[in-house]
Amino acid sequence: MQLWLIPLLPLAGFLINGVFGRRYSKSLVNAVAIGSVVLSFAWVVKTLLGVDLNTAHTEHYFTWIQSGTLSIGADFAVDRLTAVMLLVVTGIGSLIHIYAIGYMAHEGGYYRFFAYLNLFMFFMLVLVLGANYLVLFVGWEGVGLCSYLLIGFYFDKKIATNAGNKAFIVNRIGDFGFSLAMFYIVRNFGSLDFGTVFGQAAGKSEAVLTTIGLLLLVGACGKSAQLPLYVWLPDAMAGPTPVSALIHAATMVTAGVYMCARSFPIYVHAPDAMSAIAIVGIATAFFAATIGLAQNDIKKVFAYSTVSQLGYMFVGVGCGAFSAGIYHLMTHAFFKALLFLGSGSVIHALSGEQDMRNMGGLRKKIKWTFLVMMCAAVAIAGIPPFSGFFSKDAILLAAYAHAPWMYWLGTLTAGMTAFYVFRAMFMTFFGDYRGHQHPHESGPVMLIPLAILAVLSLAGGYLFKVPEFLRPFFVGVEEVPENFNLMIYSSLAGVAGIALAWLMYVAKLGMADSFAGSMKGLYTLVYNKYFVDEIYDAAVVKPLVGGSRLVLWKGMDAGFIDGMVNGAGARARNLGSVLRLMQSGNIRSYATWVLLGSLGVIAVIVGIASAGGIR
Amino acid sequence: MLVNSFVSTPDLIRFLPEIILTIMGTFLMVMDPILQRRSSYAFGHLSLLALVGALGGSVYAYTEGGCSVPQSCPAFGGMLMVDGFATFFRVLVIVVGILTVLSSYRFLQREDAETSEYHALLLFSIAGQCLMAASNDLIMVFIGIEISSIASYVMAGYLRDDKRANEAALKYFLLGSFATAFFLYGVALIYGATGSINLSTVRGILMGPDVPSSVFIGLAAALMFVGLAFKVSASPFQIWAPDVYQGAPTPVAAFLSAGPKAAAFAVFLRIFMTAFEPMSASWQPWLFGISALLSMVIGNFAALLQSNVKRMLAYSSIAHAGYVMVALTARSEIGTSAAMFYLAAYAFMNVGAFAVVSHLSGKGERYQTVDDFAGLAQKQPLTAALLTIFMLSLIGVPLTGGFFGKFYIFKAALESHLVWLTVLGLLTSAVAAYYYLRILVMMYMHEPSKASSEVEPLSLGLGTALMIPAIGTLFLGIFPNWVLDFAVKSATLVK
Amino acid sequence: MSEIPISWFLTLSAILFALGVAGFLFRRNIITVFMSIELMLNAVNLSFITFSYKLQKVDGHLLAFFVMVVAAAEAAVGLAIILTVFKNRATLNIDEIDSMKN
Repeated sequence: MQLWLIPLLPLAGFLINGVFGRRYSKSLVNAVAIGSVVLSFAWVVKTLLGVDLNTAHTEHYFTWIQSGTLSIGADFAVDRLTAVMLLVVTGIGSLIHIYAIGYMAHEGGYYRFFAYLNLFMFFMLVLVLGANYLVLFVGWEGVGLCSYLLIGFYFDKKIATNAGNKAFIVNRIGDFGFSLAMFYIVRNFGSLDFGTVFGQAAGKSEAVLTTIGLLLLVGACGKSAQLPLYVWLPDAMAGPTPVSALIHAATMVTAGVYMCARSFPIYVHAPDAMSAIAIVGIATAFFAATIGLAQNDIKKVFAYSTVSQLGYMFVGVGCGAFSAGIYHLMTHAFFKALLFLGSGSVIHALSGEQDMRNMGGLRKKIKWTFLVMMCAAVAIAGIPPFSGFFSKDAILLAAYAHAPWMYWLGTLTAGMTAFYVFRAMFMTFFGDYRGHQHPHESGPVMLIPLAILAVLSLAGGYLFKVPEFLRPFFVGVEEVPENFNLMIYSSLAGVAGIALAWLMYVAKLGMADSFAGSMKGLYTLVYNKYFVDEIYDAAVVKPLVGGSRLVLWKGMDAGFIDGMVNGAGARARNLGSVLRLMQSGNIRSYATWVLLGSLGVIAVIVGIASAGGIR
Repeated sequence: MLVNSFVSTPDLIRFLPEIILTIMGTFLMVMDPILQRRSSYAFGHLSLLALVGALGGSVYAYTEGGCSVPQSCPAFGGMLMVDGFATFFRVLVIVVGILTVLSSYRFLQREDAETSEYHALLLFSIAGQCLMAASNDLIMVFIGIEISSIASYVMAGYLRDDKRANEAALKYFLLGSFATAFFLYGVALIYGATGSINLSTVRGILMGPDVPSSVFIGLAAALMFVGLAFKVSASPFQIWAPDVYQGAPTPVAAFLSAGPKAAAFAVFLRIFMTAFEPMSASWQPWLFGISALLSMVIGNFAALLQSNVKRMLAYSSIAHAGYVMVALTARSEIGTSAAMFYLAAYAFMNVGAFAVVSHLSGKGERYQTVDDFAGLAQKQPLTAALLTIFMLSLIGVPLTGGFFGKFYIFKAALESHLVWLTVLGLLTSAVAAYYYLRILVMMYMHEPSKASSEVEPLSLGLGTALMIPAIGTLFLGIFPNWVLDFAVKSATLVK
Repeated sequence: MSEIPISWFLTLSAILFALGVAGFLFRRNIITVFMSIELMLNAVNLSFITFSYKLQKVDGHLLAFFVMVVAAAEAAVGLAIILTVFKNRATLNIDEIDSMKN
């Protein structure tokens, strides 16, 4: 079946553009970058048409690791779950690549951008195709790296670089959980192959499976920006908008959801771990939605919205509705990519303006952008019969079966979602124009991908019945009965949200401000994102760096100390003299450390040896 | 055990790498007056020739000397043990030597330093390390350590007029000799307790009926641990490393962080996995575990705060010594093979990273700070890309050797039920990502600094010295089995 | 028999070793520090000889000779390093050689 060809095409694109791109013309860079992804999409379609998806097809390329009984291969596999993911990744990926031609046309480092984007596609496809946890982890780390490179793409923006760092570091925490999970799996199952591990899962003790499930959840929280590791995603919006759409909305951030769904045979036997997923998910969904209510940067709104929607997917997975989670993953990829790309089109039209308070009335000036974004907005608001309605409804049904309070919190969140999305729409497109730019509509190369996504956002729920498609895959998972009443409530919540937004931002303009004024404390709290960044900084980052500084007394390089012969230097020396015991630069004190170390070593060995009984 | 017979031909074959290196080193010194005026590169070429010869010699000693058959590889009456383990480390240190020579061509020319002595010292040092890798007798270990160290003391201070290099050499020399004296005292105690200094004999006695006092043996083991932990810069004996690496010329620092460290770990493994193995079950996990943990914590956290790249890499090398100590803590053959694999991966990525620093630092090594790396990706995309590979490997990102090295090490630790060490080790390595990342950020996301604007084009030697480790790092990441198979096979030490 | 017990030699060796360590830690002149290392090595040599005598084996003597050779080589290199340090800094006070730290 040549599955390897699917990721290899973007990799080839990366190599060609990365090595020769600097000398190529823009159209040649475009042809390579887009050609590789579109070909990859075509190959996915061809592969899926020619294969019977009822069983997993694994391709073994070579044995990667052989150590003792553990054997890990470089294996790719395709099954129903992979099929959905492949289509989303390559399909949406192709559209976003095309859009990026227009969006990035006037940016520097054009070839570099497309090279990184192709590299991202490669790793994402490896992640999806991997037939064991290790190959998945390769893709997992790779997409993180590319995400980091692309967030920091505008390297003249200091914020962008910091955001890149933050993304990378927060993800390391998640990866730490994932690595531990892998080691734990190897220890208990003696393998990392999905087939082997899942085949034996039923026979293992619940404690083992719960531990693995929770560790995997830590990994998933990092990658999919769930509480408490979500902080990097909103900052990641400092990257170019196509990146936000592709990586931070449609594909990479859903990897955690994919991984949890992939591991469902472990989770179905670990109900506690599943509850943990559901609780993390619903908490994130609600929490991020409240922040979204008060943001003024158009991309920030959608960023928090993404965090919130990812929370929904976790709720789905955690409540046992794995297929609903993946369903929402797909529809979300449609409408959130569209919202981001549309907002990119708005930003483009306004030459870089992102603050919605400086927008308004744009619906007449950039009509097409307005129309396509409206399609996405109704989809995310959960208005029947658009795509978001179906998937969100499936999740909320499962949540009700799991625990009714989750359903109600989810429905409330749905209302808030509709409110903040339409608030953004109204602030951007209605009322009078408040900025000073001269808005201009984007070209067809940007609008055509938007139009396609708009159709998918509207009709995607009908066109691709993911739950039915995945039913044979998630064997042994209970189905939740339909419940018409619940469907009505959640739709009503959406409509109510829209109506409220209309009232506050179109009908009675002063109302929003007076509302914010009357609840000033709460508003400030939400507007400042609950000060989570500040809390993390004070509680984690500062102690870590400061602690290292204090304990080891570092921070000044030799040259600096060399130059410090004056008073300030002497004072710093006195201050640090106690703390600087270790690296004082003095040979005699070093020798003292060696001696103390030796005494310590002797104490340990002789102590233990004599405790063991002198023979 | 004393040599009772005359030296035989197989003995000489098994000693081939050391013989080649020593003869060539002496030859270089003799040729100094004749060749010096001709070409400054001549000595480098000769030195490369010697190293390639020694590489061939090591392989020949292994295959033709009959060493690939276990139990048939002792030489000189059991003083040397030229098994797969020895061959692995011989090849490793010789490859490090080759990379050092390649990255030194331009450096020596730039700093206008004498070439003959430099290369002779390098060859002697590597000869000592090869001896360390193969020795199965404590006095051979001691001589190997001293040959390797004495030559490297001089190399650390090779730029005679550079104050910091002097200081590095002095610190390295005084503290190194200090620590070696402890090691030697340990040897004396073992000799007194067992009447032998041959590792196999010592093992036999410790397993036999009249075992000497475990406290006495423990004391000897502790003293030897001090000397060896110092050489590998593992905590609590890491204190010299930052100063020495920072002050030493960059190619020398690269060499010091890879060659002597690998050889000292070889000795570590051989002594503690053969001679002391019958008695170490109770204390080895504690001693090595604590040392590993301290090394990882001190190395990684101190590196967070460094602005000098050489110093940062020095702390990072302490942390990496800590990872290898985790493998030694596992006290199993899987642990041994994991340590071997990791040292190979580490040698590549670290020598590569230092080579880039050497390239960027310019004459007199002016540019050594993290900020100097700003914008290197714009000025020299290839150099930046290669450094990226090394940094990712040091972080431990998949598809690089560093990732698999860590993977095997922590897997070995888990199989020996060292859960606490695995968790804490992974946690510190998550912290480590940050400081490597700063360099990548500088290279890719900032406007070019003075250093990267002035950087000269990659010379052939340095380019090769960068390409080989980069390919090696990726190779170990994508096809780890080639090296791992050999490591697993040779981890069963001849006892 | 008025033979001196073995343990006396070993104790003397340990004391000499400790004196060497103390000398390294407490003396400031680099040359003296270096001599302290030599003292430590020779203390170990005494142990080797003692054990050799006790075990009635000749290896201990050989070891002592090896150690002496190594010590001589170390002295040659060490003095050369000390000389360059002195040339560059015009001091032999070990506490003044601390430009690299932290």
